Amino acid sequence: MSGECENLLLVQAEFDGELDAADALRAARHRQDCAQCRDAYAQLEATRALLKESAPRHRAPENLRRAIATGLGARATPLPAPRPKRGWWREGASFALGAALAASIALLIAMPARQPVLDDVVASHIRALQPGHLEDVVSTDEHTVKPWFDGRIDFAPPVKDLAAQHFPLLGGRLDYLDHRPVAALVYGSAKHIIDLYVWPEGGDSAPASAAQSGYNVVYWRENGMEFWAVSDLEAHSLADFVRAWRSAT
Amino acid sequence: MIGEEFEAVVLPHLDAAYNLARWLTRNPADADDVVQEAVLRAATYFASFRGANPRAWLLQIVRNTAYASRALVRGAVTVALPGDEAGAAIAPQLIDSGDDPETALLKREDHARVTRLLAALPIELRETLVLREIEELSYKEIAQITQAPIGTVMSRLWRARRMLAAAVQAEEGR
Repeated sequence: MSGECENLLLVQAEFDGELDAADALRAARHRQDCAQCRDAYAQLEATRALLKESAPRHRAPENLRRAIATGLGARATPLPAPRPKRGWWREGASFALGAALAASIALLIAMPARQPVLDDVVASHIRALQPGHLEDVVSTDEHTVKPWFDGRIDFAPPVKDLAAQHFPLLGGRLDYLDHRPVAALVYGSAKHIIDLYVWPEGGDSAPASAAQSGYNVVYWRENGMEFWAVSDLEAHSLADFVRAWRSAT
Repeated sequence: MIGEEFEAVVLPHLDAAYNLARWLTRNPADADDVVQEAVLRAATYFASFRGANPRAWLLQIVRNTAYASRALVRGAVTVALPGDEAGAAIAPQLIDSGDDPETALLKREDHARVTRLLAALPIELRETLVLREIEELSYKEIAQITQAPIGTVMSRLWRARRMLAAAVQAEEGR
């Protein structure tokens, strides 16, 4: 096709969140004046929505997982060894950061992780990702999930649906962490799963982040509860989730 | 032998590895073989892995393994999925959307159609689009995995999206 706007790839990079704030602004301004790039942007959105809706992320089948674990001579306890916190995931975070996002991350002061709980939380999350283990009560309705915990657990976990913030509530389940039953709320984000573990604990503390075995974790305390969010989401997206969760009513 | 560190680095990214292998080979059995072989290769190379980005590192090995395997005949771009088993191995929906059977059927047809059209894209375009839209990776990571300059990633992505959109519109217009 002749006469293509030379800024199409710039607009695509804007769409993909690959530009810094100044270039993103330049691209957005350009779109106001260029019908071709406006159309292109709309088309990008439509294609993404279509793929999101209809193109499956194929998950590794259980027998393949087992074959690989056997091949590796996996030990009876599949618990990943604690590893020093690494910075590689920050790289992805810094790449596409807008100013607002940067501000939200600044809230996550890295504290020395509470290693035993961290190990438990990540192991529990990995276990839960096995087919059929994700949630005991499947509902996107907070008014269904919240009462489900009554009588199963001796406290009432706060349940919020964040569908409007693109973190839909998928359900909940009971889990055991730190030698006590805890509530696990399951949220989705695109094709990723976020587990939010909740149990009663006094004191307030600001969110802190940690990473282990390729999973990102954010934990904090407020309103007499301790919260641990764990996911394979990028660190900045998990930070978004925590921010959305805490500011939701 | 192979340490716990290797498992800790590789196992969390098995779904990503399988998904890429599946979209490259367009076939569950071949995808299984590719992932198993890729993990073995990864174990061999692990000593030289410097921990920059384990997912991109593993996906690069998966891609190289797939390209080297007989399963992947390069250039056979117009072949549709054999028997289109799209519905079979798709990850189960987490939410029961409560659709009535008719709506559910239409949705399934939609899904199968998009899967078929995406699977029919030329492999360089398909892998780039899958890594961006399904694995949600950055240009930089895609460049590493596909061993292409970022500029090439951007133009492939552009062509992939345009071609897929055109194919969908062409089918809808029929």
